[in-house]
Amino acid sequence: MKTVEEIKSVIEAAVPDVTVEVVPNPSPSGQHSLRLAPECAFDVAKFLRDDAELKLDFLSNVTGVDWPDKEIAEKVKVIHQVTKTVDGTEQTVEEAVEETRKRVEPGYLEAVYHLYSVEKKHGPVVVRMRTVNRTDQVELPSLTPVWRSAEFQEREVFDLFGIVFTGHPDLRRLLMWDAFKDHPMRRDYVDPDDFEYEPTAHDDVLKRAQAHQAVSAGPTALESEAGA
Amino acid sequence: MSATQNDFAAVDERPEGWNRPAPISPDGEGELLEVAMGPHHPSTHGVFRMDVALDGERVIRLRPVFGYLHRNHEKIAEGVSYLASMPYTDRLDYICPLTNNWAYALAVEKLAGQEVPERAEYLRVILGELTRFQNHASSIGFLIQEMGASGTPLMYAFREREKILDLFEELTGARMMVNYMRFGGCRVDASPAWLDKTRKVVAGLSGFVDEFEKLLASNEILMARTQGVGILKRELAINAGVTGPMLRASGVNYDIRKVDGYGIYSRFKFRVPLGDHGDVYDRFMIRMLEMRESIQILTQALNEIPGGPVMDPKARSRGFRPKVGEAYGRIEAPKGELGFYLISDGGPNPYRYRVRPPSLINLTILEDMCLGSNVADVVLIFGSVDIVLGEVDR
Repeated sequence: MKTVEEIKSVIEAAVPDVTVEVVPNPSPSGQHSLRLAPECAFDVAKFLRDDAELKLDFLSNVTGVDWPDKEIAEKVKVIHQVTKTVDGTEQTVEEAVEETRKRVEPGYLEAVYHLYSVEKKHGPVVVRMRTVNRTDQVELPSLTPVWRSAEFQEREVFDLFGIVFTGHPDLRRLLMWDAFKDHPMRRDYVDPDDFEYEPTAHDDVLKRAQAHQAVSAGPTALESEAGA
Repeated sequence: MSATQNDFAAVDERPEGWNRPAPISPDGEGELLEVAMGPHHPSTHGVFRMDVALDGERVIRLRPVFGYLHRNHEKIAEGVSYLASMPYTDRLDYICPLTNNWAYALAVEKLAGQEVPERAEYLRVILGELTRFQNHASSIGFLIQEMGASGTPLMYAFREREKILDLFEELTGARMMVNYMRFGGCRVDASPAWLDKTRKVVAGLSGFVDEFEKLLASNEILMARTQGVGILKRELAINAGVTGPMLRASGVNYDIRKVDGYGIYSRFKFRVPLGDHGDVYDRFMIRMLEMRESIQILTQALNEIPGGPVMDPKARSRGFRPKVGEAYGRIEAPKGELGFYLISDGGPNPYRYRVRPPSLINLTILEDMCLGSNVADVVLIFGSVDIVLGEVDR
């Protein structure tokens, strides 16, 4: 079995215009991974599956990971121009001051794929991809055309994390119902305060929900619907 | 709560095409019949739905619908400590709680780099193989039950299952919700009396398999209903991530006990049965043969089990915080590859906790296997996949 560095160089040699990065894993498991740029991921996936030496024909596990925005506080030395009275005259002096600055590292969603080879009996090779952000640019290429076993698993990641897999043949929610709006596995998901909600339009359910939501939020889509 | 979550107005946003008229059958004569098999159909082993479109008796389309038993196990596990999820893993595949415990313990041990004492490894193998035996026996029983052999074979299987569950109860305190394994070993040691009792039960198992096989394997009705039904080709099985007895029935020699040799499996002599045709009969037969191999492993393990501690003395249950990193651990569970993927951020809870459910992924090719067969065979093909909804929906 090749190491991740060797696999990286094999990929770079075989697939043109490819961006692959080794992500080290400090845990004792030693399962280092490869991060692929989404643009080239599909070609790399095909190569990994068909390469005679790697032959990663079995995609075992697909999952998502949510990395929310991180606020990082840093101490930075800043040079200020300060007006001071030196020797009776006013002068502009440069003074170094330490300041704490907060910087927000933008979050992203990640899809992780665990590949094995049934023929060569080796693995796992861990491959991961990142979305641009967590809000509006959440597309990643679907690998279902390469490995069919991603079909339901990518649907699950779409359902629970909200990653949109472009090229997936049937991208619907898997576990939550179709009318559900949010993505429950995200770190900032707030679960509903009315667990008796059911997705049916019975009058008493709607009324109860209306009364309930009037307390916790302002006018909702529900109320405007009911008023109309 | 914001109005965007669970928007009540959204109840009218049905998925596209929900009210479309039934499509016309391919030969242009008459309409297709759309049947919802489940979520309360007795053959779905729980709450699972298949939306089937039928042309006469023939299946034209089959869409599985999941989520009736979804409780977001992964989210719950990310909110509690590592150890606190151990009893919850029992509830994934509730027929085989011990292998779930094992897979989770294995993943955490990989993440934290923990050792497992010899005796605990032997106990894990013994309990894992007993679990496999009772799972395969009852899954065959259910399959034959769905075929119409009401009761008898299932009762034969459950008679043996009772004996094994009694052993589990004596050792762990519970028949199904065992919560037995720990990171770095097992919770309690087995007494010599328990081991003797287990030896006696195991000695009786091969007689049961003989009887079960004689009862079923050459039964004419069973052969007529299952041979050549629900064929799964080798290439598709690998590509679709099918694992376990399903994969081996399609002729692929891939058993994680052999490939990874996790625990101490490399020490035991056992064979991996393979199928030729990949039909329902092969899957039934592979399970029958795997029960025999389980007996082989059990006999060896019970003869060789050494003394010593069952917990690594360095293992800590309180204040357990693995270093930053991630690990994927997998075992050959009775239903297929059961894996756990964990990411640690150094805290007491896993940052990411993922279960790779063999039951769900083995259903990926359900439609492919059912297309063109009779609707009565859908029940058999589905039964031969051997799923538990607690694991499919999590």
